[in-house]
Amino acid sequence: MAQSLGYLKETPSQTAGPYVHIGLTPNFCDITGVYPQDLGTALVNERTQGERIVITGRVFDGAGAPLKDAVVEIWQADAAGLYNSPSETRGSADPHFAGWGRGPADAVTGEFRFETIKPGRVPYPDGRPMAPHVTLWIVARGINIGLHTRLYFPDEAQANAADPVLARIEHRDRVSTLIATGTAPHYVFDIHLQGPQETVFFDI
Amino acid sequence: MFDKSNSQPETGPFFARDRSWHPPAYTPGYKTSVLRSPQRALLSLGSTLSEITGPVFGHAMIGELDNDLIHNFARPGESAIGERIIVHGRVLDERGRAVPNVLVEFWQANAGGRYRHKKETYLAAIDPNFGGCGRTITDADGAYAFRTIRPGAYPWPNGVNDWRPAHIHFSIFGHGFVQRLITQMYFEGDPMIWKCPIVNAIPDRSAIEQLIAPMDWGNTVPMDSRAYKFDIVLRGRRSTLFENRREGN
Ligand SMILES: [Fe+3]
Repeated sequence: MAQSLGYLKETPSQTAGPYVHIGLTPNFCDITGVYPQDLGTALVNERTQGERIVITGRVFDGAGAPLKDAVVEIWQADAAGLYNSPSETRGSADPHFAGWGRGPADAVTGEFRFETIKPGRVPYPDGRPMAPHVTLWIVARGINIGLHTRLYFPDEAQANAADPVLARIEHRDRVSTLIATGTAPHYVFDIHLQGPQETVFFDI
Repeated sequence: MFDKSNSQPETGPFFARDRSWHPPAYTPGYKTSVLRSPQRALLSLGSTLSEITGPVFGHAMIGELDNDLIHNFARPGESAIGERIIVHGRVLDERGRAVPNVLVEFWQANAGGRYRHKKETYLAAIDPNFGGCGRTITDADGAYAFRTIRPGAYPWPNGVNDWRPAHIHFSIFGHGFVQRLITQMYFEGDPMIWKCPIVNAIPDRSAIEQLIAPMDWGNTVPMDSRAYKFDIVLRGRRSTLFENRREGN
């Protein structure tokens, strides 16, 4: 017998279930008075640097119906391409930009919405710049483990063409599933869990 | 273990996720997963800065009653109905190290198995003094604790007669966005655990056992509350002992 490596196993994921809004955005689903406000609702304030944008979208199931019980979280760099995180070693991010947002799907339309800023460029591990992008994480009833993906911008064709992550997508017709539609300042990013337009999800 | 005794924030990439330990996306016994499971292969990506960084939450945002579900929605002087319990544990990484400053959020049904939600239709009564949500942040040892009532089991429309075992939903925020995790805690000794299609979406029995909190007699508060211990493991970072460096870096 060799020595034990002694590593622990990651706690297994379970679905967020139909009532994830109770836990993550209680005010949004009428449980008021517990928290002053839901976390992740305000990414920017009047002093945040950068170009103001709005991202809306819906998450669709394999039958083309929008999910009304999903929660989408986003994580992105500030306008200079820095993350507001202790693990960011390249400099100090804009203190007026959290970089993280939480968007509950609307109970009627299924739409999520983020008022944020256009992120700057962040380097890939080998130093090449990645195109501006927003990282997303999606949970809902029926999703056994949260799904990671990225939003890229439709008006960054040149940067997108040189992006090292988009370049990894083997079936080139799927690249478009990661590129938002719309025009500044309002971008639309619909996520398809299945079907011919299935979004590229990441194992990261 | 490659524990290093410095307090610098870690910036290395994370261990790859062992997806055989987690439930796969498509688990037809849990019917809602059928139309909500991606069918294409995931794009495997060595993590970049966008994934290994993540927000960190401050203890200042936590209110006094945020970790007390018995009182945080109750009218003054009243409390939620049910068996009083304390749930506590530590958040560790795969290298067994404490993860401090982790935002832990939790939500649950009331003692009768009913959620406070307008789409909830189960006939069990609403408890006017129970909201069902709470949150806390781990301390320097990765420890957390909250007080609540033991949730009831409830039926759900899946099979003809499917019931969820008593459970508490957990959302955990590590330090990197790739550590983001949602799971559920179950209670030791509950025979319903092994009949649940959501539990059984997890292929490995020992992985399921990782979600079952034992009763913690030692931490039971006499004449007040029983205790359950639930440790949570997040993905660990690879040691950066000998990372590749490009020439000139
Ligand atoms: Fe539940």
